[in-house]
Amino acid sequence: MVNSFADKDYAKPQLILLVLLRLSIGWHFLYEGAVKIINPDWSSFGYLMDSKGLFAGLFISMATHQGVLQVVDFLNMWGLLLIGLGLMLGLFTRLSVICGIVLLSFYFLSHPPLAGIQYIIPQEGSYLLVNKTLIEIIALCVLLVFPTGQIAGIDRFFRKKRD
Amino acid sequence: MAKDKNNKKELTRPKGISRREVIKGLSTIPFMGAFAAAWFRKSSVEQQLKENLLEAVNLTAEPADLAPVAVGGKPLRLGMIGFGIRGRHLLRATGHAEPKWIDDTRTAAAENNLNTSYEDFMNQESLNIVISGVCDIFDIYAEEAILTGSNVNRQGAGGKMGTAPRRYRSYKEMIASPEIDAVIIAAPDHWHATMAIEAARMGKHVYVEKPMTWTVPETYELVKAVKESNIIFQLGHQGRQTESYVKAKEAIQKNILGKITLVEVCTNRNDPNGAWVYPIHPGAGQQNIDWQQFLGAAPYHDFSLERFFRWRCWWDYSTGLNGDLLTHEYDCINQIMGIGIPDSVVASGGIYFFKDGRTVPDVQQVVMEFPARDLTFLYSASLASDRQRGKVIMGHDAHMEISDRLTISADPQSTIYKEKIENGTIDPQVPIYSFTPGKKGIDGVASATEQYFASRGLLYTYRQGKRVDTTFLHMKEWINCIHAGIQPSCNIDQGFEEAITAHMATIALREGKKVHWDREKQEIVAP
Repeated sequence: MVNSFADKDYAKPQLILLVLLRLSIGWHFLYEGAVKIINPDWSSFGYLMDSKGLFAGLFISMATHQGVLQVVDFLNMWGLLLIGLGLMLGLFTRLSVICGIVLLSFYFLSHPPLAGIQYIIPQEGSYLLVNKTLIEIIALCVLLVFPTGQIAGIDRFFRKKRD
Repeated sequence: MAKDKNNKKELTRPKGISRREVIKGLSTIPFMGAFAAAWFRKSSVEQQLKENLLEAVNLTAEPADLAPVAVGGKPLRLGMIGFGIRGRHLLRATGHAEPKWIDDTRTAAAENNLNTSYEDFMNQESLNIVISGVCDIFDIYAEEAILTGSNVNRQGAGGKMGTAPRRYRSYKEMIASPEIDAVIIAAPDHWHATMAIEAARMGKHVYVEKPMTWTVPETYELVKAVKESNIIFQLGHQGRQTESYVKAKEAIQKNILGKITLVEVCTNRNDPNGAWVYPIHPGAGQQNIDWQQFLGAAPYHDFSLERFFRWRCWWDYSTGLNGDLLTHEYDCINQIMGIGIPDSVVASGGIYFFKDGRTVPDVQQVVMEFPARDLTFLYSASLASDRQRGKVIMGHDAHMEISDRLTISADPQSTIYKEKIENGTIDPQVPIYSFTPGKKGIDGVASATEQYFASRGLLYTYRQGKRVDTTFLHMKEWINCIHAGIQPSCNIDQGFEEAITAHMATIALREGKKVHWDREKQEIVAP
């Protein structure tokens, strides 16, 4: 896996677009985390209870155990916020990208857009197998193999000298 | 690889962090600034909208404040009359459940984390009462009532029981007993008033299930008996304890809906139990049921298990949809709006689905007019469709939907919100106010019937985010009032309005006439 990219590895338009992709996903995570943190009534309960597909049982059991639900809520709120910050600032970018992929995979697996499945929570578009969560996961995978944190980000200060 | 080529260039770079390096490392920080600015802007706009709305609606989002009164002193000695479906629920509200119920509920809770009935019951506050006597004319129920009344420790089968209450063979004997301070009446409808009147005359406090009375004349007699005595009287409309109703009342008083001209309330059920086809106990028979005592003032009929267990299906003992379910809806609106007795009532309906020999309609509509308030009250009921239609209060400026939740939405043609709708402060598509009790502690309820009751505020309400049985709160209010010597929320005056209104609907239905209320003479007029 490519760990370290330097300035000249990308053509300028490539770098700009990769950084923009990182910033916009980061922005999305950060805001999702922030709105949950400031809403005292937010809970993942309803979302988890609406789970469908192969892993629905697992997600529903998370919702029905008070203690587990509290942990899930906490990890969601702060996970989203920290991943968002990491992506936006380019700080611990690689870790943030990996955590983002894991978190989004949970969302995707709990709400797979399979044929014949209806969710209580309305969807804003039409999806079959592929939805925006999956696209965001793949976009994060792109960022994993084309990292930019060590070029345009705080990670730049921690990068190893290649000698 | 591109990486290898670049390695050589890296080696030639000067050591230390240059200005250029710092700029590149921090190059995305301005986007954080943009994020912060955008978020600040969005939240201040939202805050402003919220403030404008709160100003327009002038209602707090805080839960209604219904401070409990302390229960203390000598335990109150209760007598329980009737231990059928409702009687069991009422006794649980006093903190006494059948051991079998405890076991079953505990098992259900273990199987389903969302079922909190067991925990709720075990946490239910103690009311400082003792069940001193029980009365049921079916021996098996009477035995179960004795066991339940003695279950002071809330134990399952085989648990340690307390002193067993005395069984009275007739309610008269119980009411006359010096060992009883107060009675809970959960007998069939045709016995409610007779028992309550005698209890009042003997100075026993009364909690009587709805409907308050079975006939019109006994309604006046009961009012007289209660007013002439010093007893504390509570009618069993536990909806009085529902938080969202309290909020609804506040909203109406603040004129948030504008001029209200129509109220629509409904009953929707679609299962045999909801249509009063209750199970017949397999051990029941002529040998263990006092049929003569059951009949009372009802017309003579040969012994019938069907009639004994499903008495709500016959006018001989029942008050039909009007007494059983219209009364709950009416009492809710009367509590919120203080509508009182209507000027006129028309009603129609029929036995359209449950053609099982019953005499009471299973589909029925009632229209009541309140000309002094420019208001129509519409009740529509079906026992053969589960399509929920809600409880709606319709005003010129907004409408309100009430269940255990409460939502108020502005009317697009509203006069008082015109400006706010135009300037975007109010979106008629989005409720301007919503109240959800115990928002964070979402929990599931067991059956469809329970869900129905819960959505009607007839089963549970929340206090500080905790689910509480409204029947428990209603019982608690009555007991607190007995200690304090004051009348509770669903007192005899409220009961009189409920009973007369239900009787007007029944007369209108059965006689096919428009029935009027003579306010001066305080009489029902059916020309």
